[in-house]
Amino acid sequence: MPSIFLVLIAVVVIFGVVTVAVSRQRAKAVGAARVATPIAPTVGRYVAPVVDVEAEPTIQPAAEVAAEAEPEVDVEGEPESFERPRFRDRMAKSRAALVGVFSGVRGRAGITNETWDDLEEALLRADVGVRVTDELLNGLRARVKAKELTDPDALLNALQADMIGRLTASDRALRLEPGDADSPNVWLFVGVNGVGKTTTIGKVGAQQRQLGHTVLMAAGDTFRAAAAEQLATWAQRSGSELVRGNEGSDPSAVIFDGIESASARKIELVLADTAGRLHNKTNLMEELRKVRRVAGKGRGRVTEVLLVIDATTGQNGLAQARQFAEATEVTGVVLTKLDGSAKGGIVFAIETELGLPVKLVGLGETIGDLVEFDPTEFIEALFSE
Amino acid sequence: MFDTLSDRFDGIFKKLRGKGRLTDSDVDEVLREIRTALLEADVNVAVARTVVERIREQAVGLKLSQALDPSQQVIKIVSNELTNILGGQTLKITYAGRPPTVVLMAGLQGSGKTTNSAKLAKWFKSQGRQPLLVGADLQRPAAVEQLRVLGRQIDVPVFSEAGDPVSVAARGLAEARRLGRDVLIVDTAGRLAIDSDMMAQVRQISEAIEPHYTFLVIDAMTGQDAVGVAEAFHETLAIDGVILSKLDGDARGGAALSVKEVIGRPIAFASTGEKLDAFEQFHPDRMASRILGMGDVLTLIEQAEKAFEKDSAAEAAQRMMDGEFTLDDFLDQMQQLKKMGPLSGLMGMMPGMPKELKNAKIDDDDLKPVEAIIRSMTPAERRKPEIINGSRRNRIAMGSGTSVGEINRLVKQFSEMQKMMKRMGGMSMGKKGKKKMPMMPGGLGALKGQMPGAFSDMPFNQR
Repeated sequence: MPSIFLVLIAVVVIFGVVTVAVSRQRAKAVGAARVATPIAPTVGRYVAPVVDVEAEPTIQPAAEVAAEAEPEVDVEGEPESFERPRFRDRMAKSRAALVGVFSGVRGRAGITNETWDDLEEALLRADVGVRVTDELLNGLRARVKAKELTDPDALLNALQADMIGRLTASDRALRLEPGDADSPNVWLFVGVNGVGKTTTIGKVGAQQRQLGHTVLMAAGDTFRAAAAEQLATWAQRSGSELVRGNEGSDPSAVIFDGIESASARKIELVLADTAGRLHNKTNLMEELRKVRRVAGKGRGRVTEVLLVIDATTGQNGLAQARQFAEATEVTGVVLTKLDGSAKGGIVFAIETELGLPVKLVGLGETIGDLVEFDPTEFIEALFSE
Repeated sequence: MFDTLSDRFDGIFKKLRGKGRLTDSDVDEVLREIRTALLEADVNVAVARTVVERIREQAVGLKLSQALDPSQQVIKIVSNELTNILGGQTLKITYAGRPPTVVLMAGLQGSGKTTNSAKLAKWFKSQGRQPLLVGADLQRPAAVEQLRVLGRQIDVPVFSEAGDPVSVAARGLAEARRLGRDVLIVDTAGRLAIDSDMMAQVRQISEAIEPHYTFLVIDAMTGQDAVGVAEAFHETLAIDGVILSKLDGDARGGAALSVKEVIGRPIAFASTGEKLDAFEQFHPDRMASRILGMGDVLTLIEQAEKAFEKDSAAEAAQRMMDGEFTLDDFLDQMQQLKKMGPLSGLMGMMPGMPKELKNAKIDDDDLKPVEAIIRSMTPAERRKPEIINGSRRNRIAMGSGTSVGEINRLVKQFSEMQKMMKRMGGMSMGKKGKKKMPMMPGGLGALKGQMPGAFSDMPFNQR
């Protein structure tokens, strides 16, 4: 079939639908009255889907998966001991590239056009983005013009302070709410493919275990080959329980079962993994919406929905954050792979534009490589020499 | 976010009517917009600078042709420049005289090496080869298991064992020879370009197996860091080609341009989905227009081809051409369209989409009332909307929870659309033989010109 016809259809239909939809919105804006309460049609997406949770997945307690893990809360069930990395040390490697530019700025006698070019380049290189960079620098330009800032050092300090000042989220702690023993907290991990959700769960599990909490991991990634096995390893390493299903089973059901299991066993915290998915895939985002809904229906309480963002991500990270936040009510961001050369500047936009607090930073592949996000530390580490 | 380059240029070029040539400052303005577009697409800052300078040389003294839209002229220059950078020599796989042909996969953590190793294996199979996959990622929990599962899915054997990655790779090579497999694909652990130990390790792997092809897997959503990563891997391993992964996302993909510009190696393959058959040759021209945020008509076609059932689409197309496209067809095609992804994403892919439409924030929920209206119609009403009188309108409005005004609007615009389709059907009938769908000059502006009636209540600029 000649593809011109297909394009015609696609174009015309999209065009047609869009046109009609736009005019409808305008009519709404003008205050077109609705005729009557709707009698919902009986077919199509207009009907809210029925949430049904089948108890399909097999529940395998961690004891079956890994010989050493203790099923009960037990002092011996400690996670492997680990050293927390120093943020500054891990960021050290990535600073190198940026150092040249900033020392160049400081080295100059005054604030010149080159200064602004250098600053712009540095911020763009950090994936801060064109718009945010312009905004930051325009603010500073005004201050320089008003002779508030007169030398490069003052300028750099002001830029740093400005950026730190914008990262004002107050709620960076991970929410573990007290409650009934049979009502576990549920932390859901979401994000696109390959960002580090499963590894992060391993680290979070280990941290929470170290803090003395009981943890169950739910292998809600039922799509990716060997995803449950991967999570099982982390469960074992961290001394957490594990609930998994068969590959291809319904993720909502697996997570629901994990929560029920935790409730029955009086486990405090459920860490639910989900399959990586691109945010522009409607059906997959719909599936995630369902996961979020179902997770809230059981005996647990969803107290965190953590969006995992890879530090190497460019401007697409903002689109990711928007879509995931809309679909699942994201409560916080985990920024991973910050031990690489990427600066993770996209997170600046995510927090300042969307109000999503960055809560955690991943700095490596081993179980201890997770720290709390500290805005001052983050920005200073970028700017220091 | 959805401002296309052409929208931005419109502002600049409006002031230029009557001028024969672009002055230096006109060019500067235009180049600034191009630079912004590239940066927003995640093209590396330094690469963007170089590209813009090259475009400057071509744009200076550009004679504004009366026939063609100046925006389009400049866009063409930019698009060609990007296409040239992204394209050039394609990677043609030639097989080793003494098998196996060895392929090494490298890249950052999470870039898609394992999935693409399997996809590559499947691709080689389709070329009549017999690949062996080697799981040399002994770092990531269950990485080898993942490769084994994928291997089973595509019926390709997977070799791995305990030990260290270098020896596993070497043993994998020996195993391929022993089994008589003619292609060896070695999956390795993701590693940071700045991790000297891990980079040394992958160099050792490379030295042990002497790959004929070393592929760097780059995630299409990678930002500025892509350049540093590519340079480091290239320096360590001598990359032969790049595999761009997760192109089914909506990232503009400037990283592709950066990587290509900086290491000069071809982008060999594009990975366009999670299924193992979502693996294809890379198309530089499509990538160029994607980076420029100009929509990608050819990918739209492909997505449409996948989503739209061929037969019903063919019939619908024929009816369209004959002016017999009904509301039923519309409803049907709308269902198919939904499979193509969120409307906002599709709109992003439409070249030259009028700014007003893009900014209107169309949401998939806006489809629901349209659907509801049509479903509340009787088959006769759908076939012949002319019969819809007052009482029918009321009934439909109540049934769908909309207003009579909305029904009128739908019917009116649908009929405009039908007329337009008939006119377009007449146009394309004139051309015989195979023809590629060109980037319509002025994009949907051309379509807009065909539908004056439909836009009577909207303040669009008429081109």
